[in-house]
Amino acid sequence: MILAATSTAVNDSGFQPYWYLILGALLFSIGAVGLLVRRNPLVMLMCVELMLNAVNLTFVTFGTMLNDIGGQVIVFFVLVVAAAEVVVGLGIIVAVMRRRPDATADDISALRG
Amino acid sequence: MEAAVFIVCAVIVLAGAFGVVLSRNPVHSALSLVATLFGIAVLFLNQDAQLLAVVQVIVYTGAIVVLILFVLMLLGVDRDDDLDEDPIVGQRVLAILAGLALLGGLLAVFIAGKNEVATGQHSATAAIRTDLSNIAQLGRQIFTTWIFAFEITAGLLTVAVIGAVVMARRPDSYEPLPEPADMDDDGRYVDPADENESGSAEVGA
Repeated sequence: MILAATSTAVNDSGFQPYWYLILGALLFSIGAVGLLVRRNPLVMLMCVELMLNAVNLTFVTFGTMLNDIGGQVIVFFVLVVAAAEVVVGLGIIVAVMRRRPDATADDISALRG
Repeated sequence: MEAAVFIVCAVIVLAGAFGVVLSRNPVHSALSLVATLFGIAVLFLNQDAQLLAVVQVIVYTGAIVVLILFVLMLLGVDRDDDLDEDPIVGQRVLAILAGLALLGGLLAVFIAGKNEVATGQHSATAAIRTDLSNIAQLGRQIFTTWIFAFEITAGLLTVAVIGAVVMARRPDSYEPLPEPADMDDDGRYVDPADENESGSAEVGA
């Protein structure tokens, strides 16, 4: 498996590394549609996580394709930023929900809580 | 073997993603998100990114999703959403069209490029090596090439933690904002004390 990862050659089972990219594209699109359709702020946050994970998968695949460990280093930083984003996002949601327990994204469009 | 693992994980990842978007109950969305994140972790493992697979499970499923579930339970917003009505007319249709356009563009690039879609030089200084463990290579890169970004990350996390504490803190007392001062006809703010003084001066003149 190590040899398969360091080269983009086709192995005998017909597996192609760009399948990972197609899965990442599907995952990113599902997350984007969810972000646009859902109105619960927490579910929207989860959809952002889906999109971030799609990008992470794509980064790792590109790193494998170009034989570069940098692709994995970037994912490491994306993970940290995602954690910070969730912490701040949940802080905002808690502050908003305390005043209006059933707020949706439409209700808080003016950011007045 | 890699293909079999990929297909199983892809099914889990996509099923979880649809579960996040389509579940009426936010708790079900969060649990579907766990399935997706686990699938992604196995796909990292499939590509020999062992450290990232472990960090994915610990940070995402262990910390982020649990944090989201905590907030869901604490705020009691875990009741079902009404997905039948469309609050803005045509929003759902437009969102799906935009998503399909995005997907079409991405797939066009990836299918046209196949395995050569990532163009550019192969790395000379940070190539993936087979004689070192994944963790050793990542650690070496993070603490040499990316040391500045790594240190900025510490600042980002500190700011995020302080911001979350400030925002989630329950204020001791809601102090109402003071009433805005009156304006005179020219649009200048009038201080009540000042007004009395000038009024008496005019009377004196």
